[in-house]
Amino acid sequence: MTSQSTREKVARSMKRRRASEARFRIYGMMSVMFGMLCLVVLFGDIFSKGLSAFRQTILTADIVIDGDYLDINARSDVSDLMNANYEGLLKEHFKNEMQPEGRSERRDLYSLISVGASWQLQKEVLADPNLIGKSITIDLIVDDDVDQWFKRDRSKPGASSRFSEAQLRWLQTWIDEDRLATRFNSQFFVNGDSREPELAGIRGAMTGTLLTLLVTFFLSFPVGVAAAIYLEEFAPKNRLTEIVEININNLAAVPSITFGLLGLAIFINMFGVARSTPLVGGLVLTLMTLPTIIISGRAAIKAVPPSIREAALGLGASKMQTVFHHVLPLAMPGMLTGTIIGMAQALGETAPLLMIGMIAFVVDVPGFINDPSTVLPVQIFLWSDSPERAFTERTSGAIIVLLGFLIIMNTAAVLLRRRLERRW
Amino acid sequence: MAIIENHKTVGIPLCKEPKLSARDVSVFYGEKQAIFNVDLDIGANEVIALIGPSGCGKSTFLRCLNRMNDTIDICRVTGSILLDDNNIYDARVDVVPLRAQVGMVFQKPNPFPKSIYDNVAYGPRIHGLATSRVDLDEIVEKSLQRAGLWGEVKDRLHSPGTGLSGGQQQRLCIARTIAVDPEVILMDEPCSALDPIATAKIEELIDELRENYTIAIVTHSMQQAARVSQRTAYFHLGQVIEVNTTDKVFTTPQHQLTEAYITGRFG
Ligand SMILES: Nc1ncnc2c1ncn2[C@@H]1O[C@H](COP(=O)(O)OP(=O)(O)O)[C@@H](O)[C@H]1O
Ligand SMILES: [Mg+2]
Repeated sequence: MTSQSTREKVARSMKRRRASEARFRIYGMMSVMFGMLCLVVLFGDIFSKGLSAFRQTILTADIVIDGDYLDINARSDVSDLMNANYEGLLKEHFKNEMQPEGRSERRDLYSLISVGASWQLQKEVLADPNLIGKSITIDLIVDDDVDQWFKRDRSKPGASSRFSEAQLRWLQTWIDEDRLATRFNSQFFVNGDSREPELAGIRGAMTGTLLTLLVTFFLSFPVGVAAAIYLEEFAPKNRLTEIVEININNLAAVPSITFGLLGLAIFINMFGVARSTPLVGGLVLTLMTLPTIIISGRAAIKAVPPSIREAALGLGASKMQTVFHHVLPLAMPGMLTGTIIGMAQALGETAPLLMIGMIAFVVDVPGFINDPSTVLPVQIFLWSDSPERAFTERTSGAIIVLLGFLIIMNTAAVLLRRRLERRW
Repeated sequence: MAIIENHKTVGIPLCKEPKLSARDVSVFYGEKQAIFNVDLDIGANEVIALIGPSGCGKSTFLRCLNRMNDTIDICRVTGSILLDDNNIYDARVDVVPLRAQVGMVFQKPNPFPKSIYDNVAYGPRIHGLATSRVDLDEIVEKSLQRAGLWGEVKDRLHSPGTGLSGGQQQRLCIARTIAVDPEVILMDEPCSALDPIATAKIEELIDELRENYTIAIVTHSMQQAARVSQRTAYFHLGQVIEVNTTDKVFTTPQHQLTEAYITGRFG
């Protein structure tokens, strides 16, 4: 075989190799594009539905706080101020303003305003009893149907079929008078759950999530780190530790709902921990997060170069000193990264929490880890099941908030990992 | 090549005033034997060089001398090693003070990812050698001076030790070892990762350190062994073939294996 023909063969095979490389690159690009497309569709859908949840329609009204009608004055005590009939006052006001004819028209009129409006009035009066007898300008929350109609449907044909002729007339009057407007929906962030969509907020779920994650963190981080250190540095390498190791890896792959069942059986039925609380939620999520923290913790410890250990031992540091003075500080960023990722998983977890009763309808914002509460993903699950369109919007709004937290946590993990890499 | 049956080390493996004396030392990694019945003395204030082809057990033997082999699970040592007449493999011996007494410098410079000051101060701190900050400062300065590094780093004691050049890092590791005031310093190919200029500096340093310390140095380079050591031990497949004054080993080796090695026929 001459070297001439060898060159030719190589040249021919080069063509084939280049073609297969190009093909492979195209496949890769297509996969990436498909992934990106899915992401864009998902985000587009959620944001198009959910962003409007952060805006709320209000109706500006001048209302006379009639002390005689409410039977209160500036010197009344708080319970009287609280229990006064603000709802009646509002109804009187709008009856006089819009002049509905007959009972059914009156009912139609009142239904345009949220039941929360009377609480707004109550709050104003409680804050400043001197307002009694005066006229105030106040932005009242409207009913969710009006909210949806005003925010998004007005211009669409057929969108007004939910309202009666009289209602449409009144709404048009308000629009003509420039009294309907949207503003930032602070209710969404300061209220707990509610049956009235326009009053429902995520504060309760967020607080529940925070408390649950706190319990999870304070249980799983110390236990996970201690287990990782023991297994990696102190445990003898024998059959028993091998079995422990395999089982920890298995635990990480167990479907999360199983942990919910376990939590139900052990924490609630055996130890009598109150159900539906951040405490029991945190306990269950700890079971789930521990393997992640232990596995990543061990990886972080393994990544500390053996030369550092040798240096410390060679100087006469004891095993403990070597671990706590040198290995642990170097492994800590890695351990924290693993912990944050574990906590992010716990943040998005729904199934095991359903098993331990965190699906209950809870209006009050929990104050402590043994108050009944729910968490963000479960709240999303609950709202997604409600027929009102305003709840659909709030479902997406809550998803946006949840995604925001996840992105923040994962970014923190990535930044920590970068710092870890820069170390060597 | 196989190990030599009933081999008796040729030359002068023992000395009159030994600092360390190994007797009948064998080392096993699991089933595999890495060191075979070694008898060897290391005299006070001498530099002994351990040479031989790679994998012949030089590091393994060196690590027996401060029980660093204890950190390897599968490693087992038999025989005895006396440090000033006390067997360091006695069950009652605690390795922590032993390692303070017999310090070690490793092949690859391995400063802690901490400041230069903290690197040197770490040993004295854990052993409680300094009673005050001033004391500690003094120990750090003296150790860096002895390691010939003080002039180069005195203005940046609080910058990271890992930011120094390779040669400086190795001298920092030597300073760190000196700081706990050992009697013996073990060096495992301390210059193999360094350039010739840094190597020359370390060799000079070893010569100065001999005044105060007993030094055992593993080296790959026969020139280095010739430059820094008084006695040389030639290892071959886990056996000590020959120990003699360095001059003799390199000019008139007694054993044919030693001769084969130093004339470059293998290694
Ligand atoms: N940690 C270990 N586990 C198992 N075998 C080892 C270990 N360290 C060294 N050995 C073996 O012991 C023998 C001697 O190694 P070593 O002392 O490192 O040689 P040298 O330093 O002379 O190059 C080699 O055969 C090596 O494979
Ligand atoms: Mg070696």
